[in-house]
Amino acid sequence: MITGRLGCLMAASCLGLLAGIGAAQAGELTFWTWRQEDRAGYTEVFNDFTKANPDIHVKFEAFPAENYNTIASTALAGGKGGDVLQARAYGGLEQFAKSGYYLKLDAKIVPELANFPAEALAAESLRADGGVYAVPYASQTLGIFINKDIFAKAGIAEPATWAEFLAACKTLKEKGITPIANGTATAWMDEVFTGIFTNPFLGPQFFADIQSGKATFSDPRYVSALGHLLELRDYFPQGYTGVDYATGQQLFVTGRAAMFVGGSFEISNFRKQNPKLAMGFIAPPAPVAGAPRYVAKFFDGGYAVNAKSPNQADAIKLVRFMGTPEFGNKFSKLLGNVSPIKGVAVEDPLLADVAKLNQVTLPYIMAVYFRFNTPTGSELLQAGVQKMLGGTVTPEQVGADVTQGIATYYVPFQKK
Amino acid sequence: MRSAGRNGWWIAFLLAPAVIVMGVFVAWPMLGALRYAFYDFHGLKEAGFVGLANFADVLGKQPFSEWTYAALWHNVIVFVSLMVLQNGLAFLIAFALLKSLPGHRVHQVIVFLPVVLSAVIVGFLWKLFLHPLFGLVNQTLALVGVQGPPWLGQPETALGSLIFVNLWHFLGFAALVFLAGMQRIPLEILEAARLDGASEGVLMRRIIWPLVAPSTTILFTLTFIGSFNWFELPYVMAGLSGAPGGATDVLGLYFYRTAFGSVSSGLQDFGHGSALAVLMFIVVVSVCGVGLRLLRRREVEL
Repeated sequence: MITGRLGCLMAASCLGLLAGIGAAQAGELTFWTWRQEDRAGYTEVFNDFTKANPDIHVKFEAFPAENYNTIASTALAGGKGGDVLQARAYGGLEQFAKSGYYLKLDAKIVPELANFPAEALAAESLRADGGVYAVPYASQTLGIFINKDIFAKAGIAEPATWAEFLAACKTLKEKGITPIANGTATAWMDEVFTGIFTNPFLGPQFFADIQSGKATFSDPRYVSALGHLLELRDYFPQGYTGVDYATGQQLFVTGRAAMFVGGSFEISNFRKQNPKLAMGFIAPPAPVAGAPRYVAKFFDGGYAVNAKSPNQADAIKLVRFMGTPEFGNKFSKLLGNVSPIKGVAVEDPLLADVAKLNQVTLPYIMAVYFRFNTPTGSELLQAGVQKMLGGTVTPEQVGADVTQGIATYYVPFQKK
Repeated sequence: MRSAGRNGWWIAFLLAPAVIVMGVFVAWPMLGALRYAFYDFHGLKEAGFVGLANFADVLGKQPFSEWTYAALWHNVIVFVSLMVLQNGLAFLIAFALLKSLPGHRVHQVIVFLPVVLSAVIVGFLWKLFLHPLFGLVNQTLALVGVQGPPWLGQPETALGSLIFVNLWHFLGFAALVFLAGMQRIPLEILEAARLDGASEGVLMRRIIWPLVAPSTTILFTLTFIGSFNWFELPYVMAGLSGAPGGATDVLGLYFYRTAFGSVSSGLQDFGHGSALAVLMFIVVVSVCGVGLRLLRRREVEL
């Protein structure tokens, strides 16, 4: 098996080699992505680009999401790969940028960077030199999808506080409807779940304390926020520890559950699967009435220029185009995501709701701060919360395990 | 002399394609992985020789070491369970098939059928069967009034369920290996034993079991390699994290997760990943080497 994996790597590098040869033609750029499902949208956007730049054509090449990093890094290490590549954010970006595979962008090369808010650029920056290495493309917001029809039929209003939320769940359950579609079997969804419900309990001061090292994840505020998640266990599907991500999606989309706890990246997929579904997207409940309902937010990734691309001038033209409001408008319309570009008008009513929620946000903590070293805060939290919701560990233990794992590289935690 | 020289060239010429393919796609990557295990990585690039530091981390630094030993322990559980349950059951089935009772051909085919399916298909199939809401297993249990547990969702049953699925998949193969071994035993020996009044139990224990020793050796080796490189089934059924909470984590998953990262949680870390791969290789080669030597001793020539 060891050889099997490495065989894959070799095959991937050969693939990269072939694609690299294809890319060397003048006037033709290749765009590498892990999102095969966005082909139609990107094709239309690239046609717009070619209209403005008649001598440059862009070829869309998609790779399986779970192997994209491996394929792209192998190709880039060999001096090949797409001219413009879809890049990940935070720690995922840093791995590539640190290796020197992406061209460093600044206001001189890409003046359009001025169209982005600072937090979006930060997601595509290398912490070591503060340089931006990709043009950001989307922000994601984590919140709660509700089935408006089910809520109306059950006579429930959108819950605004934790007490109301629990009461709504209870009413739904009494009426024989599964209140929350999510299960805990898919590890990364446990982090999503935690990010959504804990943020209003934590508040901005906790985030500041984590960054300054005044607090760790063993802090009573964090442990008590985790403890609240346990109150939701009664409202998950039956056998929730064995219910995976795909099942949760299906339960919600088919109207068998009233809510799905997830990210704005689900919107276009949910719509495709059930166009008649009356979806709403709401912020998590506040601890008390009137308190801010912080949604968790993070940036998804960006468009990077291959540092060794033979068509670098053309590639820069393309990422400059991808930083314009004109591109942002098309992007949110065709691909159903929230563009971080200033001045983009959101037409879709549900996306407009998401954009409105984005005014009261806190970061999606592990993705934004603790995915730069191993063990990542994400993998620690995912395993911990999965066990906690399964009933084998307590919130205190999860907090302690996460803190201990992160302390292996995060200096502010080491003194604790 | 001349013809021997010409033969030598011919042999070299005919061997060359296989040797080149093996060298480029097997030996070279393996040596590469060995090399990576001694390097630190900055992002995706080698960043200097670190000696045995990667090994020290995965074997002695929290939380990595805890994960390594937990995964290794699960591999051991898988191996022992499969050796006893899968291969034990296979021996009994082979013994029953050997008796050529009416319908034994049909049974032979039925028992062997799952072996031809790929592990990925078997994994997806059983993940659906064991689903807490729509699964065949729990719906069948519901018919008799029993509420089945989420088999893959709770730590007490998750690894056991995976072992059961592996058993279901490979039982036929093990039975066939034992059957082939049993069919090689000369009939005179079995008849002589029967004439001496040996019961079926004695026959099985005293005659057949020692004489199928070569089959046992083969199955020990294959089961050991299979158990310690176990990947496809847990990957499909439990995911890269070894859900729930690492209850099904095995070295294969841990190695893959460490080296290649998982999309929504981890980073790529070739140094530590390669160290884990090298450790797996050492465990498999050394145990198989010693095991083979010991097991070969009890084999008898007829």
